[in-house]
Amino acid sequence: MTLNLIPLIPEIFLSIMAMGLLIVGVSCGNSSTRTVSWFCAFSAFTAMVLSSQLDTSAVTTLNGMFQFDSFAALMKVLILLGVVASIALSVRYLINNDLQRFEYPVLILLAAVGMMLMVSAHNMLTLYVGLELQSLALYVLAAMRRNSLKSAEAGVKYFILGALSSGLLLFGISLIYGFTGSLDFAVIGETLALSDRVNIGVTFGLVFILAGIAFKISAVPFHMWTPDVYQGAPTSVTAFFAIVPKLAAFALLIRLLFEPFAAAADQWGQILYFLSVASMVVGAFAALAQDNIKRLLAYSSIGNMGYALIGLVAANEAGVAAVILYLAIYMIMSAGVFAVVLSVQRDGNGVETISGLAGLSKSHPGLAYGMAILMLSMAGIPPLAGFFGKFAVFEAAVAQELYVLAVLGVLTSVIAAFYYLRIIKVMFFEEPNDAFDHDDRFARQFVLGLSLLFVLAFVVKPGAFLNIVSDAAASLF
Amino acid sequence: MDFALLSMTAFLPLVGVLMILVIRGDDAVVARNAKHMALYTSLFTFAFSVYMLVQFDPSNGGFQLVEHSGWLKSFGINYHVGVDGISVLFIMLATFLTPVCILSAWDAIKVRVKEFMIAFLVLESFMIGTFIALDAVLFYVFFEAVLIPMFLIIGIWGGARRVYASYKFFLYTLLGSVLMLVALLTLFAKVGTSDIPTLMANPVAPELQMWLWLAFFASFAVKMPMWPVHTWLPDAHVEAPTAGSVILAGVLLKMGGYGFLRFSIPMFPDASLFFADFVFWLSVAAIFITSLIALVQDDMKKLIAYSSVAHMGYVTLGIFTATVEGVEGAIFQMLSHGLISGALFLCVGVVYDRLHTREIARYGGIVKNMPKYATLFMIFMLGSVGLPGTSGFVGEFLALLGAFQVNTTIAVLAASGLILGAAYMLVLYRRVVFGPTEHADAAAMADLNGREILLLVPLAGMVIVLGVFPSLITDITGPAVQNLVATYEANLSVASDVLVETLEKAE
Repeated sequence: MTLNLIPLIPEIFLSIMAMGLLIVGVSCGNSSTRTVSWFCAFSAFTAMVLSSQLDTSAVTTLNGMFQFDSFAALMKVLILLGVVASIALSVRYLINNDLQRFEYPVLILLAAVGMMLMVSAHNMLTLYVGLELQSLALYVLAAMRRNSLKSAEAGVKYFILGALSSGLLLFGISLIYGFTGSLDFAVIGETLALSDRVNIGVTFGLVFILAGIAFKISAVPFHMWTPDVYQGAPTSVTAFFAIVPKLAAFALLIRLLFEPFAAAADQWGQILYFLSVASMVVGAFAALAQDNIKRLLAYSSIGNMGYALIGLVAANEAGVAAVILYLAIYMIMSAGVFAVVLSVQRDGNGVETISGLAGLSKSHPGLAYGMAILMLSMAGIPPLAGFFGKFAVFEAAVAQELYVLAVLGVLTSVIAAFYYLRIIKVMFFEEPNDAFDHDDRFARQFVLGLSLLFVLAFVVKPGAFLNIVSDAAASLF
Repeated sequence: MDFALLSMTAFLPLVGVLMILVIRGDDAVVARNAKHMALYTSLFTFAFSVYMLVQFDPSNGGFQLVEHSGWLKSFGINYHVGVDGISVLFIMLATFLTPVCILSAWDAIKVRVKEFMIAFLVLESFMIGTFIALDAVLFYVFFEAVLIPMFLIIGIWGGARRVYASYKFFLYTLLGSVLMLVALLTLFAKVGTSDIPTLMANPVAPELQMWLWLAFFASFAVKMPMWPVHTWLPDAHVEAPTAGSVILAGVLLKMGGYGFLRFSIPMFPDASLFFADFVFWLSVAAIFITSLIALVQDDMKKLIAYSSVAHMGYVTLGIFTATVEGVEGAIFQMLSHGLISGALFLCVGVVYDRLHTREIARYGGIVKNMPKYATLFMIFMLGSVGLPGTSGFVGEFLALLGAFQVNTTIAVLAASGLILGAAYMLVLYRRVVFGPTEHADAAAMADLNGREILLLVPLAGMVIVLGVFPSLITDITGPAVQNLVATYEANLSVASDVLVETLEKAE
């Protein structure tokens, strides 16, 4: 039996770089944070290029533990893109906020390795190992600001609830193992397809697994940690949380649903239907009452996960393509939004309240207009990119005659538009309080600029991007 | 056509936006250059649209100057644009009113001039896009996108309650539109295409039509606006800057009527017939109720805003008669109302710029110091009343002619509503222009300056010319409207046969 390691090259490369940079950090101390960060970003970028260059014909390796196909390739490219963006956004934040710790970028890299394994998992063990590698790195990141009570609270909360969800997941996996006799996705899929109705034990296992993953993507009712962690964690960590991990968890969910559990679509369809509706409704209404911009973005992300889940409820190729498109666009918009949030500072401290943004358009018109465009895009107003993500998922839902879901989706998106508009209102229609700090960090402006370019120009040539997404979705069916 | 005339007309304003964006220098220089740039761009766009009108063949009732290319290919949605006799004049209205608006904002807008000009040019581009789109998704993109610049225009440069007004405008319209989006997606899923001409030729099953019609109605009725979903309009008009009110009344409201003509009537003929009475009664209610509300207004802009709702009542009435006269009347009324109400808002703007109040009681007797203003204002006021010889008469007359063929009760009621229209406009005019001079500052206002005359005279000219030679418009719209009504009737009979069959089977 030959061991084909070629599909793993990006993971291997990234792991080696993470270890190497950890050693560099340990020997040079916290003053090397900046250098280590940029090297980490560079490594992630290289891994992204490597992932995009691999042969995307579906291949399974490591005795069926690891799978690579065009879906995995696209997801890895997106994840690593998000990693590069989050590291670029956080370097200056770490230095300014007395958070110079070289572990920070290294932990992000390790989380990235975990996420890449999740995307490529073809066995419950790979799935679990990848998920835990990612989660452990994230727990530490959330509690990075050790002397802040809020940050510590966020870390502990995230850890305890995360551990609980991992337990649920593991319990679900053990049930599935018990009732199908395998951990391998392909074997589970075949076993389930053989019997004409789904065993009750499998259903139970599925429920536990879905509950565990719903926690990771912060779908209601497993969302409670999100607002607190978003608010308590250092803003650059929040940015990372918002941009990347949900993408990986979603990729994992998609692979699970359409490979091992394809035959149980009737079962998981109902669960996802509920998660989707609940997330959209809670995301829309709870965000209305927020004044902390990080909490607002947390609820906004909960709502957005609800929209993305609509595509999965449709349970077909078009639905999966819609979800991927939705998540990719959402990730790029989030990167831009956090570039703005990190840039808006007053007296050296980040502005975290919405009312604190008052009058931003007077002193920093570039940031304010950028934020306004991103907010409108988040609200799903055409011709901005956010509209096309929503269009795709609603289209998938309506084609499957899920009218209730589509109508609920558009109605909650109107409510969501209200709080996105509120940010624009505060920035443009209200008078400034005190002066903002001058900020012209190139890295943030670069991320914001790319994000805006994508949001504005997507409408002009959506074709090429849509083709990549359709190819990725097709590789799962 | 080897060069993309329609796309160039639609996206030329965006080129102007790019050029304004690169303007650098101190604030005064930027403001001046941005104003000039915006004006020239909009004039060029107007020139393009005139050329488009020349190229347009009025005797052909189908779509012309069509462009077709791939867009959202994996969904099978294309960039498909073209014009017919119905849309071509709305494009003219948009390109004509935009330079007027920019010129009207010349001195009135003092802060963030550059951004204002950008918003207006973007708005123009989206408006033209809405009228040329021949793909339902493309239409939706433009139709919704219009909200963004208009929201900013009201919210940034508006009056005291601008935040409330801009929110109400945005969310009201968005709520209507998203329901249309679901309907549009359903249509797309059932028929397999979003190409408007194909959808027109293949109406869906009558039972489905009912739901889709209602969803589209939700969007267009808010946009028109029809009573009782008109409440955003008075707020938006009162708070918007003059230029914003002009474009809102002049063009944006017409998107609703255009939507009815492009989607509801041809695509859902059975539902349109089924709901026609419902629309008629809403139209009559709009005419009476909003006319009465207009009568008691103290604010000039609010009065004209309510009069717009009443005038739009004749438009919906005309459209859903689905007769050649009714539909032509509706189109004529929309175009004429675009000119007249735009001009009326400009007239309000003229005195508002001088006295900074819109309260009717603060004026009076200004005919003495502002004779030119009084004359022009009178022309528009009479146009709004629907005096024969002005464009306002033709539209209302044709719409009522259509209504009499379909439902006499409704027609009689709507026709008597005209009296109320005359009442509130004449009251407004008398209180503002005639009467004793009560306020010294009102009596001291200077008459129109050159720029204002330049703005209002062409509009007054158009109102009279179109009133005397209505064939200028009906010749262009005629073939397309006959086409529309013929398709409607043809689809109706096919579909109602099917309906009868299915009903018989059910028995």
